[in-house]
Amino acid sequence: MTDQTNPSVTTAAPSPRPRAASGGFLGLTKRDSTLMLIVFALVVLAPFILNPFPEGSAMAQFNAGYPDLMQRFVIFGIFAIGFNILFGLTGYLSFGHAAFLGVGSYAAIWSMKLVTLNVIPGILFAIVVAGLFSLVVGFVSLRRSGIYFSILTLAFAQMMFAMAYSVLTPITGGETGLQIKNTDTPLFGGPTDGSIGRANLFGAEMGNSYELALGNWLFTFNLGYYIAAVFMLIAFYLSIRVFRSPFGMMLRAVKSNQQRMNYTGLTPKRYTLWAFIISGMYAGLAGGLMVAMDTQVGPERMFWTASGEVVIMTILGGAGTLMGPILGAGFIKYMENIISKINKDILHEWFAFMPDGLEDVMVSLVYPFIGKGWHLTLGIMFMLVVIFLPGGLVEGGQRIAAKFRRNKTAGDN
Amino acid sequence: MGILTVKGVNKRFGGLQALGDVNLDVAENTCHAIIGPNGAGKSTLLNVLVGKLIPDSGSVVFDGQSVLGRQPHEINQMGISRVFQTPEIFADLTVMENMLIPCFAKRDGAFRMHAIQSVRHEGDMIAKAEEMLDEVGMLDKREMTASSMSRGDKRRLEMAMCLVQEPRLLLLDEPTAGMARADTENTIELLKTIRREKGITMAIIEHDMNVVFSLAERITVLAQGTPLVEDIPDNIKGHPKVREAYLGEAQV
Repeated sequence: MTDQTNPSVTTAAPSPRPRAASGGFLGLTKRDSTLMLIVFALVVLAPFILNPFPEGSAMAQFNAGYPDLMQRFVIFGIFAIGFNILFGLTGYLSFGHAAFLGVGSYAAIWSMKLVTLNVIPGILFAIVVAGLFSLVVGFVSLRRSGIYFSILTLAFAQMMFAMAYSVLTPITGGETGLQIKNTDTPLFGGPTDGSIGRANLFGAEMGNSYELALGNWLFTFNLGYYIAAVFMLIAFYLSIRVFRSPFGMMLRAVKSNQQRMNYTGLTPKRYTLWAFIISGMYAGLAGGLMVAMDTQVGPERMFWTASGEVVIMTILGGAGTLMGPILGAGFIKYMENIISKINKDILHEWFAFMPDGLEDVMVSLVYPFIGKGWHLTLGIMFMLVVIFLPGGLVEGGQRIAAKFRRNKTAGDN
Repeated sequence: MGILTVKGVNKRFGGLQALGDVNLDVAENTCHAIIGPNGAGKSTLLNVLVGKLIPDSGSVVFDGQSVLGRQPHEINQMGISRVFQTPEIFADLTVMENMLIPCFAKRDGAFRMHAIQSVRHEGDMIAKAEEMLDEVGMLDKREMTASSMSRGDKRRLEMAMCLVQEPRLLLLDEPTAGMARADTENTIELLKTIRREKGITMAIIEHDMNVVFSLAERITVLAQGTPLVEDIPDNIKGHPKVREAYLGEAQV
């Protein structure tokens, strides 16, 4: 983890000095190229990495390598990467980003209902529409900073949620949301036999999977996941470029000292507005992908807790770092989907080796932290990170790495 | 006609006449000091010059163009840079990044969407920033986080950030306020060198007479929002009106 930009914990700050251009690719430094390769490998090999336990074993419940969850990992990764461009760089804490995710979803599903079941136009449409909405919301909200900015974005998002839920029912489907129905007749390539159309990429359906059985292990390679993964890799690559660009430097200047920016002939507001729009477009992309993977959308996607979730993901992973948002998104989605599934019976199995009385005590001690109590664990983790690791999980990783390096040097001596 | 001309500027805050009929003419390639006791309106005048305050009446013309009603960033783009009383720098960024930002502002204007190209590949800008850092003797500190430096170095950095933009006019707001003796001397030396070698026009607001008389080529004395006298330093020393204004405050 060498992508830290928070100076208080930086051992090697991103340097604008010219370096030897050797070793990197795609215009990245060697270090950033390594980071890109790591993320690439993690994403491509996710079906293996997330399924380490054989089917039917006691540990199999910790496997996360099924398509639905893997899709969520990368989609929320995109959402958090985009959010981090705004919050991590400029320090402006938007509390309404789920609205752009929702807007993207609605845009994508309308594209599929009316134009084509191919996911690409839907996703592009989602990005554009979310970008336009974030232009308006950002323009108004950025008249204030700090807590007032957060409140304004929250107010916008809640208004949009409430409208999607009620008065905009003809467009949003209200409480029940929108699905693709067999009565939909998209302009290009809808089903002709009266069946319900499925999202596809030039004919290949998102649900297509290839299953590979190796011994007791079963690995699933899902087309939808890999399409979402390609978008995430592009999104991540672009975020590295933004971080290392003059524009990214200006965004960090916004966080540092707007007064100096003004007196240096720069307009901090316009830079921040563009950061807001870019992060809104990332949210739109995530929303569009959600619809591509699962062709339905409801207003709850825009609810304020969803906005809060992306804030927590970013801070938990490490705001202002490149890897942080991805780690945070993965961590929270894993907890939400895996830890929450552990119930009392499973706990009893785990502690079955203990004497009966002790077993019950252990189960009742651990139980509040898992299953439906996973929020408690997450909350405690979040507090610990905010207090002891302001740079998030990335800072934790860096500290551990630094400790190892010190030990190694000591050993060498 | 100088590079900066202030004519009949008035500014009132409620019942207080902060500036009353201020006229000022800063000639090109000089160092013009504005002095005066506390509450004389020095800072108000400076804030009018940089667009932070709009006067009730009067005109401020820089290089043939009115600055009134313009935003601070527009006035900077016209060629006026400002050094603050407490150094205003990008504390969380490295010294080099602090230098690059004004370089980009000068080249690209108030806003540019350069989000894909890498800062590393901006060779011209990096060379320019390094040259300036070298001039102020801070090249070895370029990777330091700005907040970790001493007050004197922060001041030096802020000055370098202004100078790298090659301003037509450099405004200095009490550049040595709250500084230790040694830092003050350093700052005076730095300003003298800049004046001598770059020929940059300066307008300086200052309380410290030592600083004023070491630097200024022309001095305007403000008292209660109105200019009392304007003359060369030798004639200001011991001027009866100035003594009166400063009565008991400082030895002039």
